[in-house]
Amino acid sequence: MAIVFEKPHALTDVPFHYCPGCTHGIVHRLVAEAIDELGVEGKAVGVASVGCSVFSYNYFNCDMVQAPHGRAPAVATGIKRAQPDNVVFTYQGDGDLAAIGTCETVHAATRGENITVIFINNAIYGMTGGQMAPTSLPGQVTQTTPYGRDVKIAGYPIRMCEMLSTLDGVALAQRVTVDNVKHVNEAKKAIKKAFENQINGLGYSIVEVVSTCPTNWGMSPKDAVDWLENNMLPYYPLGVYKDKTAQNTLRSSDGLGEETQSNKNRLQRGGEN
Amino acid sequence: MSEKVLMKGNEALAEAAIQAGCRLFFGYPITPQTELSAYMSKKMPKIGGLFLQAESELAAINMVLGASAAGKRAMTSSSSPGISLKSEGISYIAGSDVPAVIINVQRGGPGLGSIQPSQADYWQATKATGHGDFQLIVLAPSTVQEMADFVGQAFDLGDKYRMPVMILSDGMLGQMMEPVSFPDKGEPVIPERPWAASGHGGKRPHNIVNSLYIEAKDLEKTVVERFKKYDIIKKEEQRAESYLTEDAEIVIVAYGASSRVARSAVNSARAEGIKVGLVRPITLWPFPTDAIEATVPTAKKYLTVEMSMGQMVDDVKLVVNGRKPVSFFGRTGGIIPTPGEILEEIKKLNGKEA
Repeated sequence: MAIVFEKPHALTDVPFHYCPGCTHGIVHRLVAEAIDELGVEGKAVGVASVGCSVFSYNYFNCDMVQAPHGRAPAVATGIKRAQPDNVVFTYQGDGDLAAIGTCETVHAATRGENITVIFINNAIYGMTGGQMAPTSLPGQVTQTTPYGRDVKIAGYPIRMCEMLSTLDGVALAQRVTVDNVKHVNEAKKAIKKAFENQINGLGYSIVEVVSTCPTNWGMSPKDAVDWLENNMLPYYPLGVYKDKTAQNTLRSSDGLGEETQSNKNRLQRGGEN
Repeated sequence: MSEKVLMKGNEALAEAAIQAGCRLFFGYPITPQTELSAYMSKKMPKIGGLFLQAESELAAINMVLGASAAGKRAMTSSSSPGISLKSEGISYIAGSDVPAVIINVQRGGPGLGSIQPSQADYWQATKATGHGDFQLIVLAPSTVQEMADFVGQAFDLGDKYRMPVMILSDGMLGQMMEPVSFPDKGEPVIPERPWAASGHGGKRPHNIVNSLYIEAKDLEKTVVERFKKYDIIKKEEQRAESYLTEDAEIVIVAYGASSRVARSAVNSARAEGIKVGLVRPITLWPFPTDAIEATVPTAKKYLTVEMSMGQMVDDVKLVVNGRKPVSFFGRTGGIIPTPGEILEEIKKLNGKEA
């Protein structure tokens, strides 16, 4: 009998602890598939960050290091500089990457640190019970913004891919999501490219996955996907913000690549892609 | 380099790390450890090593965590305010059972304090470097030669016990120049790290370097095991120098820079016929209780001398445990006590009945 579907080898047999409708499971699988297809499990070292995904060290079958909150890029830098032949990736949430670890993120990126970064943006702190994240949307109700995120008090959400795309050290900055099969396939390609870039020595590659958190959003899994499509994608347009391997994203004289420009258009169109 | 060369303490620390097989240095600029980073940045690229200037102290210590977790000797250096920033990473390093060498070239505090020499980080180094139940091994050099000698020992101790080791120096020892030699010990023997996260190569189950235990009983078990290791270290690794203590009625306890001044004062007092000696802790943790205990039979009084408001004096009192009076003399804020000031304290004690 032909096997048409199986668990990637780069995932362990440990059952995920994630909530129903949480997209961590899909993204874990995509990362593991990329590791399998590139044949690098034996060379891979993952860095688990503080947040719901910290237990990813139990789920990925490669060597894993657990980093302090926000410091995953620094820990990954240490691993990669110590063992340049390893394939090193971080798996970080929005609080980790875009709040407490913004400094480490920006500097690993601008150094062109040759690592792969998987960034889960679900606009909320999951593990601590649903507080406002740096990426929570204006008006979004969270535990710490019970009247909705008031930008006069809490400021505006941060768009990491756009920001990082300005840095010379970045090889790939791409935003994807996993709300439907088409997008899952695109996300898979982006994640695989982010690993290939590292193998090819191109520098820092980040794939931001716009994700759901039904539990802390207080929604059913289906409603969460709808909310993501109707609210998050307009604010966080999908697309390639920088890709050193592609001709058409070479930076033009005004500092904006064509892809970046097309994403500006997409943003104006309300997130259609 | 077995012949004597004239070097700053900070440079000696750097050269010794290289000779101990450290090829990964991560640091952030801060006075007065500057020469250490400068030396590393000059020498590392020439020998296939890495000097990486991190974006912050936090990043630097976490780069050490990553590099060491990946199986290689790695070091960082800073000074007092920078160590406060590193304390998070140090706690994780300890909680993950990862070896690392951390240099603190102390300056005055609290806050931004001063850039002059200080010993006000004793409590931080020996009792509260970060959150949680853990210890560092803390070595306290008092000469440029010891700065050199202790680095290799620190790496070896870190590997032996799988834990972070701090060298607690100060701005005086870091900045001063003294003759120093680096005896040729051949290639350093660096133990294998079978627990490291450096790729399983399909040859073993995956390694996890981690400090998180979601079940309280699992964390307790891990911490208790670690403290059994600490008990062994307390027994095996205490080090101190005892100077003229055999018949000493007044015993001075001082480490690092202040021990040098105290030694001068002891010599002056001896010349005047006062029976005074010096115990110089070399390991601040484990605290050299045995060396101090050995002085209790002859001692009538203790005097702890520190460049702080009095921190190590607590540990001296714990050993002496009320059997003899323990007094303290210190200068703080970046001031180094003079031999004359200490001699005066000795004379005061000598004139008083116990």
